[in-house]
Amino acid sequence: MTTAEMEQVEPKEGSESLAVYFTLGALIAVVFMKSEVVSWFRIQEMFRFQAIHMYGVIGSAVAVGALSIALMKRFGVRTIRGGEIDFPARAAARPQKHHIVGGTIFGLGWGLVGACPGPLFALIGSGLPVMVVALLSAVAGAWAYGLLRPSLPH
Amino acid sequence: MASGMVLGGLIGGRILARPDDVVAISGATRSDLASLGITDFTGMVPSDVFALQQILTVPGLVIIVLGGFLVGFGARYANGCTSGHAISGLANLQASSLVAVIGFFVGGLISAHVLLPLILG
Repeated sequence: MTTAEMEQVEPKEGSESLAVYFTLGALIAVVFMKSEVVSWFRIQEMFRFQAIHMYGVIGSAVAVGALSIALMKRFGVRTIRGGEIDFPARAAARPQKHHIVGGTIFGLGWGLVGACPGPLFALIGSGLPVMVVALLSAVAGAWAYGLLRPSLPH
Repeated sequence: MASGMVLGGLIGGRILARPDDVVAISGATRSDLASLGITDFTGMVPSDVFALQQILTVPGLVIIVLGGFLVGFGARYANGCTSGHAISGLANLQASSLVAVIGFFVGGLISAHVLLPLILG
């Protein structure tokens, strides 16, 4: 989720919307496990270009996402609370230094630990307590970024 | 949402699949990883590296602790991760997300082809 998207989430959380988040979280984690995109082996295979698996999963997700976004814009679909869905404007989405530098740092980590933040939760749930260490490290990394932010190129 | 994902992982990884199932990766990847010393191909992650008793070894520290740290740091720095940039961002045709995804691959290729052989080999 990008920060722009995060800001769309309204601060007041009723128990109803928490239940929606919980259900969606459970659903996507099942998809993560069954599609094997949280597999360290699959990530290594992807970075070695030795199978189409990950590209197929991500590619079809992008296709479905693009179609969904086009339909949402076309029909002016509203959020579950009736608010407008704000898609990042083209100007705000202009590439900047932090996209390539931050992206490369993220990629270095992705190639090592083989999971991004979301899948870490799913892996913990699948019975891998060692992933709690990876998750705590990721939280420490996010915290360190906040600390160093003023002196980093953006 | 995060707690839902833990539950989903439990359902997907334990109930809808057996934890000792082998992910059917390509033979080329399997032999590459075997040459790096990976022997356990069951489950989602190799137990050779991903085990609590491995945390204080060099591979454990680099792969789990440093890898996790970089994922958290980079995701905040780049303003998004795989889902935010590679899926939602590309689906919304954002140029910034394409640049971020190129970054993901620059980093990932370095890790897979340079760093992992260095620390495991």
